Amino acid sequence: MLQFKGKGVYSAIAIGAASLFKRQQAQVRRKHVEDTQSEITRVESAKQKAIDQLSEIYEKALKEVGETNAQIFEIHMMMLEDDDYNESIQNIITTQSVNAEYAVAVTADNFSEMFTAMDDPYMQARAADVKDISNRLIACMGEDGGEADSGSEKMIVIADDLAPSETVSLDKDRVLAFVTAGGSSNSHTAILARNMNIPAVIGVGEEILKAVKDGQTVVVNGYTGEITVEPDEEFIAQAKAKQQEDLHKKALLQELKGKPNVTLDGTKVNVYANIGGVDGIGAVLANDAGGIGLFRSEFLYLESSDYPTEEEQFRAYKRVLESMAGKKVIIRTLDIGADKQIDYFKLEKEDNPALGFRAIRICLTRPQIFETQLRALYRASVYGELGIMFPMITSVSELEKIKQACDKVKSDLADEGIPFAQNVEIGIMIETPAAAVISDRLAPMVDFFSVGTNDLTQYTLACDRQNAALEQFVDTHHEAILRLIEMSAKNAHANGAWIGICGELAADLSLTETFLRMGIDELSVSPPFVLPLRDKIRSLDLSK
Amino acid sequence: MKTFNYTITDAVGIHARPAGKLVKLAKGFESKITLEKQGGKSADLTKLMAVMGLGVKCGDNIIVSFDGADEQAAFDAVTELIKAEL
Repeated sequence: MLQFKGKGVYSAIAIGAASLFKRQQAQVRRKHVEDTQSEITRVESAKQKAIDQLSEIYEKALKEVGETNAQIFEIHMMMLEDDDYNESIQNIITTQSVNAEYAVAVTADNFSEMFTAMDDPYMQARAADVKDISNRLIACMGEDGGEADSGSEKMIVIADDLAPSETVSLDKDRVLAFVTAGGSSNSHTAILARNMNIPAVIGVGEEILKAVKDGQTVVVNGYTGEITVEPDEEFIAQAKAKQQEDLHKKALLQELKGKPNVTLDGTKVNVYANIGGVDGIGAVLANDAGGIGLFRSEFLYLESSDYPTEEEQFRAYKRVLESMAGKKVIIRTLDIGADKQIDYFKLEKEDNPALGFRAIRICLTRPQIFETQLRALYRASVYGELGIMFPMITSVSELEKIKQACDKVKSDLADEGIPFAQNVEIGIMIETPAAAVISDRLAPMVDFFSVGTNDLTQYTLACDRQNAALEQFVDTHHEAILRLIEMSAKNAHANGAWIGICGELAADLSLTETFLRMGIDELSVSPPFVLPLRDKIRSLDLSK
Repeated sequence: MKTFNYTITDAVGIHARPAGKLVKLAKGFESKITLEKQGGKSADLTKLMAVMGLGVKCGDNIIVSFDGADEQAAFDAVTELIKAEL
């Protein structure tokens, strides 16, 4: 049993026989030619043949992966017709009196080097496109015309790297998974694999090409990026069980996608998703969440070595709002301190960080940081349906200060002629017992509450979240917690506000009915829980 | 001759797909259309690899110039595409 690790680009599990990808890569030799004109003619007719092949691949891709992803082959055709590319080939043939194949190979090297040298990883990945079209062009000059082989067995394709055209040309019904030694997640091959719903792991390293032989059993885990060669029976049994579970989940997903979150008696509830960065948006959409109920903005600060600028934050928020295309996005302002520390904030070491200087307490004592974030949020608000949520509230006066800060930012933006949306919702986290107890006073000042059950549990039961020894005392279903939530829900509704739950308890299916009976309007959970929660909601009948 | 100044707002800049669209469009006009990255190189807008090679990113300023018999029509079509896609 041998194991390799790469980066999974499509999360699924495949078990099957290995098939090492054989590329008909003609060895290109430099040959001296007298009749350069006939070499140029050979390039021209090969080019026409290559374009014909590409337009067939384009048609195939159009059916299998959709127009957006098929466009790369249109680009390939245009690359083949590019003036600079063709002039370079002709120049090399005429000035050096060499064969067409050699001229194409040299041109391919030069152009792909140009892309490799660029500082943008996306553009660097285009070097592979140049190599791909050039190899096709060279193959089209040969006698067999560069057509791929055929067969019927299902296989796990293992290759050094796969060009997009090679990926699409493979018979989709025969490919269980793709594994490549090289490759980047920006490569079109990775994108195509995702769209073809085929498990794929890239960047595994060259060693796998020598270690695996055709026909050996291989397990590909697209979740973890692990490749296991010749696993024992126990391992295969486990992989099969995981695969079944996975298929079951995906079937559930297909069945529940697009269906409303409504109980048997007609009570509707919003199911949103929690994410911690822009890269989570894909999972939100894939799991069909109705919006984002908690977007943690900390990543902007954690990934940076200094305070993120207004512009950097604006771009990130804009991107989330645009990607969600009019669906609700609730962004929580900076919540660091306690277990999340950032060096450049230079926070004092505390004996009791959970009861310390964190979240809104930092924002209210360092107004510059707060104002920068609020300006970025309001500027981004015109790109979608934004809600802003403030963490760790304990008093009315804190909320008054927050609203003053928002008003100042709005009037500054108006003075500067910078647009912002008028319908931005303002909400607070209910995560301290204090906030729940005075929720009747807080509710009239906000559009919504969102219950953070993790901290609410910690503070209500006086149990430090970081201390594993306390686990036996942490009863997340404790009556005190449920009463605080119920109290907050009543007070929210009495004052025209809505209430959601964004803590881990929202995904606890044994409490879904309890929450719905309290009148909770929204449950926000991590993306993989969206559909199981929808399933649970659709099975409940609150009239009984 | 006409020129058009623009700041790229698309997050990924002029990557393969928009470059392909621009080149396809530019080839339909007689006028010489040149794309210049401010403070950087310039490329003939009918040449795909050269356009991609400029590496125009989000926030970059570009200057597009049009010179020829149908420069007004080229200007209208190209600026419309840039505003919509980039």
